[in-house]
Amino acid sequence: MAVEPSQDPPQRVRVVLADAARDRRAGQVRAELQEQSGVGEAVLRGLMRTQLSLALGMAAVVAIGLGGLPLLFAVAPSLAAVRPFGIALPWLLLGVLAYPFLFGVGATYVWLSERTEHEFTELVDRKP
Amino acid sequence: MTLAAVVLVTLVTVAIGAYGLRLARTTSDFLVASRSVSPRWNAAAISGEYLSAASFLGVAGLVLKNGVDVLWYPVGFAAGYLALLLFVAAPLRRSGAFTLPDFCELRLASRKLRKLATLFVMFIGWLYLVPQLQGAGLTLETVTGAPYWLGAVVVGGVVTANVALGGMRAITFVQAFQYWLKLTALALPVMFLLMAWQSDGRPAIAGHDALDWLVPGSESLFSTYSLILATFLGTMGLPHVLVRFYTNPDGQAARRTTLVVLGLVGLFYLMPTLYGALGRVYTPELAEGGRTDTVVLVLPEAMLGDGFGARLLSALVAAGAFAAFLSSSSGLLTSVAGVLSTDVLGRGSVRDFRLSSVVAGLVPMALALPVSALDVSTVVGLAFAVAASSFCPLLVLGIWWRGLTAPGAAAGIVTGGGAAVCAVLWTVLAGPPSGWAQPLVAQPAAWTVPLSFLVMVLVSLATRDRVPAGVNGIMLRLHSPDALRL
Repeated sequence: MAVEPSQDPPQRVRVVLADAARDRRAGQVRAELQEQSGVGEAVLRGLMRTQLSLALGMAAVVAIGLGGLPLLFAVAPSLAAVRPFGIALPWLLLGVLAYPFLFGVGATYVWLSERTEHEFTELVDRKP
Repeated sequence: MTLAAVVLVTLVTVAIGAYGLRLARTTSDFLVASRSVSPRWNAAAISGEYLSAASFLGVAGLVLKNGVDVLWYPVGFAAGYLALLLFVAAPLRRSGAFTLPDFCELRLASRKLRKLATLFVMFIGWLYLVPQLQGAGLTLETVTGAPYWLGAVVVGGVVTANVALGGMRAITFVQAFQYWLKLTALALPVMFLLMAWQSDGRPAIAGHDALDWLVPGSESLFSTYSLILATFLGTMGLPHVLVRFYTNPDGQAARRTTLVVLGLVGLFYLMPTLYGALGRVYTPELAEGGRTDTVVLVLPEAMLGDGFGARLLSALVAAGAFAAFLSSSSGLLTSVAGVLSTDVLGRGSVRDFRLSSVVAGLVPMALALPVSALDVSTVVGLAFAVAASSFCPLLVLGIWWRGLTAPGAAAGIVTGGGAAVCAVLWTVLAGPPSGWAQPLVAQPAAWTVPLSFLVMVLVSLATRDRVPAGVNGIMLRLHSPDALRL
């Protein structure tokens, strides 16, 4: 066990009943989360479900947008012969456009997931 | 001149390593750079570490040889970071796990599972290190005529010494520097090459098989989808990628870093395709000689003649290639040595780490000497398949599903990952079988990844009483926003 450094005696504070009551309400969700009570767990499950469905949605966009290409070219070989800007379509899609597409999906995910977390934080630390 | 450039890159790498050594004071400094690495440095370092011989030489070589079907390699290598971002990045950072074995113990509280994960980290790390050293041997052979083994031994030795002495803070600076070097080393020459192609009247691909090369479909759909699955899901299971996430200060920073990496890596992968395509026009004879992996190195002089400028560009490319071997091997070696020193050879002290680096470096050096005939990118693709069938299910289920148990995770890793390992050894040692089984063995991910997920879920459900008691607390730690500081 590490030895805790001796602490200075706590400063005197004036206790006001109304302040204490407000703090109690404000910290309620936080306390539920920390104690892992039924409510806290339900709140956390909600957050996880939101984040997971966001991630799965983004993965589906890529699975269809990129993952559909081999199938598409197998079903409709004539598409592979199209040459926009003088470059064969499969080369243009896989050699160039795939990368900005992936980055775009990633950026959207970061933005949306941070927004979810921000809303969650506000919910937990909401002042009445 | 080319030799001078290669020596210069190597010396700079060693010098920065030595400078880092002076800064590294405590064990914590030594191993994870005290978590004080800024996201931008970190993202460049992750990219620098990730872009290996397979990306720098291998992709262009495969494109020259096989055409449009292999463009899935670079796309998958980049997309792997998206999968990592979506499912793993932030929770993994919040878990506080430094390595994959750490994650096993944190999440599932099982020492046995930890040992199993250590075994897979070592296998994947070594499998990935071999083609790096192979690329080094090939490069030195091409640019100086030195024997193949010399390059492999030189790079192996330099990296081992650097990792053993400098630790990870040194590597952060080295890797970040090497990303920009690698990008420049491909981007600058390719501009001259494109100008030369333009002034030659934009010659097209010639030969009777030009159409097969240009149009998708020479690979079976199964192989293509298997490759996609392996590369998309394999990145998150690569040992040297995960170690880096620990240097982010929190989960949100981990996410942002990953996004920057996705951008940097994507930018880089625009180049190898151009080299491969131009190589098909100007140096198609490489495909017959089985030396396609050297296309990036020989193309500048093949297209621009042997004037001073062309030789300068050749030297730049060779320097970039060496940067690729040095940085990737350093990262891989650090992580293999890391698990060796904490789980196998010692207790994780700096001295154990140094000893482990030497051991971890000698094994792939010995393995790289006999295999010079395999395509660099193919071997790396196989390492991705093993990672995707073992660690990807473990991480995804471990992070998002409370029901995962240690027996379930172990069973999934052993069946799915074990099947992938067998397929890889078969392919590497004996060559894939002919007939209908060929794609199943040469590109195993399409069946081994689902198998691993399925076994993990079923065995976990069957051993429901083994769900760790503290799972809710762990989930809270993994998923609650950093701003809450719970």
